[in-house]
Amino acid sequence: MRATGDDIPVTTIEPATGFETIDIAELRRYRDLFYFLVLRDIKVLYAQTILGFAWAILNPAVQIILFAVVFGAVANIPTDGIPYVLFSTVAIIPWTYMSEAMIQSSQSLVTGQHMLGKVYFPRIIFPLTPVLAKLLDFAISLLLLIGIMVYYGVAPSWNLLWLPVLVVFMMCIPAGFGLWLSALAIRFRDVKFAMPFVMRMLIYTAPILYTASSVPDQYRFWYSLNPIVGVVEGFRAALLGSPMPWEFIVPGAVTGVLMVVAGAIYFRRMERVFVDVI
Amino acid sequence: MSDSDTVVKAEGLSKIYRLGIKKQASDSLASAMAGFLRSPLRNYRKYRSLYRFDDVSDTTNGSNADDIIWALRDVSFEVRQGEVLGIVGRNGAGKSTLLKILTRITPPTRGRAEIRGRVSSLLEVGTGFHQELTGRENVYLNGTILGMTKAEVDRKFDEIVAFSGVERFLDTPVKRYSSGMSVRLAFAVAAHLEPEILIVDEVLAVGDTEFQKKCINKMQDVSRHGRTVLFVSHNMPAVSALCSRAILMSGGAVAMDGSTHDVVSAYLNSDSGVPSAREWINLPEAPGRSVARLRSVRAVGRDGRAVESVDIGEEVGIEMTIDVLLAGRKLLPHYWFYNEEGAVMFAALNQDPAWYDREFPVGRIVTTAWLPGNLLAAGRIFVTAALITRHPDISQFDEPQVIAFGVRDNMGAGTARGDWAGDMPGVIRPLLKWDTEVAAGVAAGEPARQRS
Repeated sequence: MRATGDDIPVTTIEPATGFETIDIAELRRYRDLFYFLVLRDIKVLYAQTILGFAWAILNPAVQIILFAVVFGAVANIPTDGIPYVLFSTVAIIPWTYMSEAMIQSSQSLVTGQHMLGKVYFPRIIFPLTPVLAKLLDFAISLLLLIGIMVYYGVAPSWNLLWLPVLVVFMMCIPAGFGLWLSALAIRFRDVKFAMPFVMRMLIYTAPILYTASSVPDQYRFWYSLNPIVGVVEGFRAALLGSPMPWEFIVPGAVTGVLMVVAGAIYFRRMERVFVDVI
Repeated sequence: MSDSDTVVKAEGLSKIYRLGIKKQASDSLASAMAGFLRSPLRNYRKYRSLYRFDDVSDTTNGSNADDIIWALRDVSFEVRQGEVLGIVGRNGAGKSTLLKILTRITPPTRGRAEIRGRVSSLLEVGTGFHQELTGRENVYLNGTILGMTKAEVDRKFDEIVAFSGVERFLDTPVKRYSSGMSVRLAFAVAAHLEPEILIVDEVLAVGDTEFQKKCINKMQDVSRHGRTVLFVSHNMPAVSALCSRAILMSGGAVAMDGSTHDVVSAYLNSDSGVPSAREWINLPEAPGRSVARLRSVRAVGRDGRAVESVDIGEEVGIEMTIDVLLAGRKLLPHYWFYNEEGAVMFAALNQDPAWYDREFPVGRIVTTAWLPGNLLAAGRIFVTAALITRHPDISQFDEPQVIAFGVRDNMGAGTARGDWAGDMPGVIRPLLKWDTEVAAGVAAGEPARQRS
């Protein structure tokens, strides 16, 4: 669309060909829709529950306890001297956000398919909505994190200033993942069935339950390409005051950004056939 | 756009769908197993091919043509500012696909269209309504989905609420609404869009006459304000009344583009896939069994010549030709008559006193049922031709909706319509005998006596 002199938009409808990236101008026009969809996701999530937003704390809390018993007490995994609960909490909080946003985002088109066939809007809003909506849960679960940090008497360090950057980095992961997977999921419903074990595997690919330092040196570089590693190690350092692990963050951030860009291109390519294959 | 008055310009729009690839049958357990193992790859190719049409040429008739559907084929037209364009055609003629392309829900496979102004369609009513959200929240969500900004919804919010009449329940979740309330609210949002081009798909709004009326009102309102309307309907009187120009679609292509009057009559007489005459040249292919076979069915005029359609006041005959192969059977030819909606209007059995319940000799029968003028409503009438042998009743043939003919509306003298130009609803349109007595000069207050 482009505006003409008398401000009446002219739309050209053509077969889509070749590569397209995100149409930022169009996305801007639909920012209110984006806002209301995020609001909807937030309002609807805990509708008709008793505990409401307490679930945002309860979910990671149960995981933390479970992992503390299994990996901390029973398996006795080395954690560079950090108490296991503290060690795993700083990782589980961002992981919970990432995994839930990834699951929701990958299913976003399938759950919203009745809208796809009826009205046009930039489809890319759908997979990106959970990436923002889940931030509220994340913010609430930070309370749990603060509580545990206070309990273990962790004093904040200057590293904490990196946290906002890490949050943006963290958001790239479900965004990139969701762009790919949602576009795949609308054509291949297999995605839905694969998600649970993909999530279960992803948690072991990152140093959530173990330390990154336990990975043998010769594999470090390949390991660091996984952006989840950078996020988790980054959070740990920012919150617990250990030196920032740039050797994990920088390669991870590069792959993270590449995932988002490639995901957006793939999504735009597939966007043309969404309605025809529902 | 070249012409500043043109608001919609479609050039060669085509949309191709692939039906899916035929499954290859396996004839042994081993090949079935192999097929099972290969199926993920095959499924992948299948889904991929659903949206790749590089191999489809414009004149595809070859081996891969059978799984391809041209939902739209080379559709070109222009709509000018303020025009109310009717789009008519049978189900599957491509009307909905065309609308989906114009509203950008799905891109065309080929061709292009230019649209000047915002498009909104009344087929989106209620899209994105969420049961858990309140009425207020849904108005904002739905409004922005339909392309409004938050500021626009803010501005029209009070109007929308007043129009919907659900003020008291604004902060109640929509799941507690009655279905009527939620439709009213949804419609209120859609009605307050201010598109330059409004698309009304009445075909999709079936079932709720209240809603259809609202759509029509909204449409008239929009066109009065000089904006453009595309109106898709099966309701010919409505198209005739509202549209100045119409397009007839058939088989995905524009079959006709012209004045509403011409297009509507072409639609009513158009090839609906059912001809007005059928003939079976070769006896072995003719429907029927050992006793008799059907050789032809056709609609004929008073003069016995085959007709495509008749004027509403004219008599029309349905003639069938039967070859009797076995003598000594009692035959009962009969017809069922259907309207365009597929409702059976009535059945007719051969009551010819010369032949009713008599045994027929071997030979050829030509039997015609005459439908009087001023009986059927305007439209297309579908005829099922059948024959049974009596005692016991055994069907010899039963050809469902084998032919169809058109009944042309006209405002001629001696018709039920007369010179009335308005709506004439009904499945049939008989011309009744009316008696009216008028006592001229009766004083006010004294009721005029009417014949009872």
